[in-house]
Amino acid sequence: MDTLLASCAEAFHLLFSGDADIWEIVALSFRVSSLAILCAVPPALLIAFALAYGNFFGRRLLISIFNTFLSVPAVVIGLTLFILLSRQGPMGDFKLLFTQTAMGLGQFLLCLPILVCMVHVALQSADRAAWETARTLGASRTHAFFTVLYEIRFGLLAALLAGYGRIISEVGASMMLGGNIAHYTRNIPTAIALETSKGAFAEGIALGIVLLFLAFLVNALLQYAQGKGSINP
Amino acid sequence: MIHRLILLLVALMVSGLCIAADTPLRLATTTSTANSGLMDYLLPGFTAQTGLEVHLIAVGTGKALRLGREGDVDVVLVHAREAEDRFVASGYGVDRVDVMYNDFIIVGPKSDPAGIASSKSAAEVLQKIHASGHTFVSRGDDSGTHKRELLLWQSAGLMPAGRWYREVGQGMGKTLQIANEVDGYTMTDRGTWLAYQSKLDIELLFANDPPLFNPYGIIAVNPERHAHVNYDGASKLIAWFISPAVQKLIGEFKSRGQQLFVPSAPGGG
Repeated sequence: MDTLLASCAEAFHLLFSGDADIWEIVALSFRVSSLAILCAVPPALLIAFALAYGNFFGRRLLISIFNTFLSVPAVVIGLTLFILLSRQGPMGDFKLLFTQTAMGLGQFLLCLPILVCMVHVALQSADRAAWETARTLGASRTHAFFTVLYEIRFGLLAALLAGYGRIISEVGASMMLGGNIAHYTRNIPTAIALETSKGAFAEGIALGIVLLFLAFLVNALLQYAQGKGSINP
Repeated sequence: MIHRLILLLVALMVSGLCIAADTPLRLATTTSTANSGLMDYLLPGFTAQTGLEVHLIAVGTGKALRLGREGDVDVVLVHAREAEDRFVASGYGVDRVDVMYNDFIIVGPKSDPAGIASSKSAAEVLQKIHASGHTFVSRGDDSGTHKRELLLWQSAGLMPAGRWYREVGQGMGKTLQIANEVDGYTMTDRGTWLAYQSKLDIELLFANDPPLFNPYGIIAVNPERHAHVNYDGASKLIAWFISPAVQKLIGEFKSRGQQLFVPSAPGGG
């Protein structure tokens, strides 16, 4: 118990004394994860639309596959990409292993199924009439697409936050693909793992607090969005 | 709006790729050297002198050698003499030299139920633990430390197996914590022990026997096998590590007030 209290106290001191290393790690985490999720949104939207509105062979199988990918362990994604990106692997010539790009790629693959599944569910529960009304009123396909997106904006936001929550806190894939290189591929979760292995619990807890605080912000946002999305007047 | 966003994304991705293309020197080393702070203490000097940035990848010795074998890093600094020699003999690495050594210690419960503190040798320690049947926690992760532990059992003429022998498959810090929780014995490198000591109830019971010394070697990845590796940078790093000035720095490095590594480069220190 003493260790926990002492580590917490030291952690707060580290955070608010402006320890540059810690804030650099936080910034890096944000940059990589934000970029990963931004890249994942367009394909995820297209896939979700195809799954919800499309009528093609294998649609339901595809839905099941994406649902299954929700429970793929991050390390498995990490390992698969590691083998592909290793210099001896099929994509070795790109020299991507142990770079931020590799980390981002792993996070991209991790959040894609979450986005697809949650947007798909949001589309399913939305009124199909939105699309048809927009089309009958003379809207182009693109325009109708954005009209429907607007209709499901709360579900969309929830999907983004859930996806972001998964990748910002993910350690397995980032560790394997980024290599936890100081100032380059060290993000919050890999830094926590490292500090813990060094026995530097205060730094680990400080980063844990940052992550929790961010998670709280994300949840507060979600709460706000859901509040606005309430069906009560 | 959407177009601008896409443009921005493309720009960001391209810039990310550019960073990746300009590869710095990649050094795979063990968690023990990185976690002790030795690399943070030494490497900025190398970068200042040569302008070469070093990307440090801290993993277990087994993984580090594997990264070298696959050509994913340029140079490795590890501690598992037999595995290193095999690595060089199989043509994966070249130019192996000794850099330094530290030592392993045996820690265990204060009460020392197996009575190892008075032992004369590491072999005797293991024989006593084996005979007492008291819990021994092993890394079990194919790391340099784990390989050394297995070698010690072997040279003591014992086969560690049974309920008392627990392979946890974790890093040294975690293993120490587990040994602490189950009140068992374990073998650890001194650096990790110093970092964790204050949080543990188990104590240092045995040290300073030559079989417990732990030499570190640095090896360049063979450029004939992997044409893309930065062999030039790796050679510079090796020459720098065994230079008298850096050898002296290694000897002066202190963790929690204690010297951790003894320089041992041929002719260096």
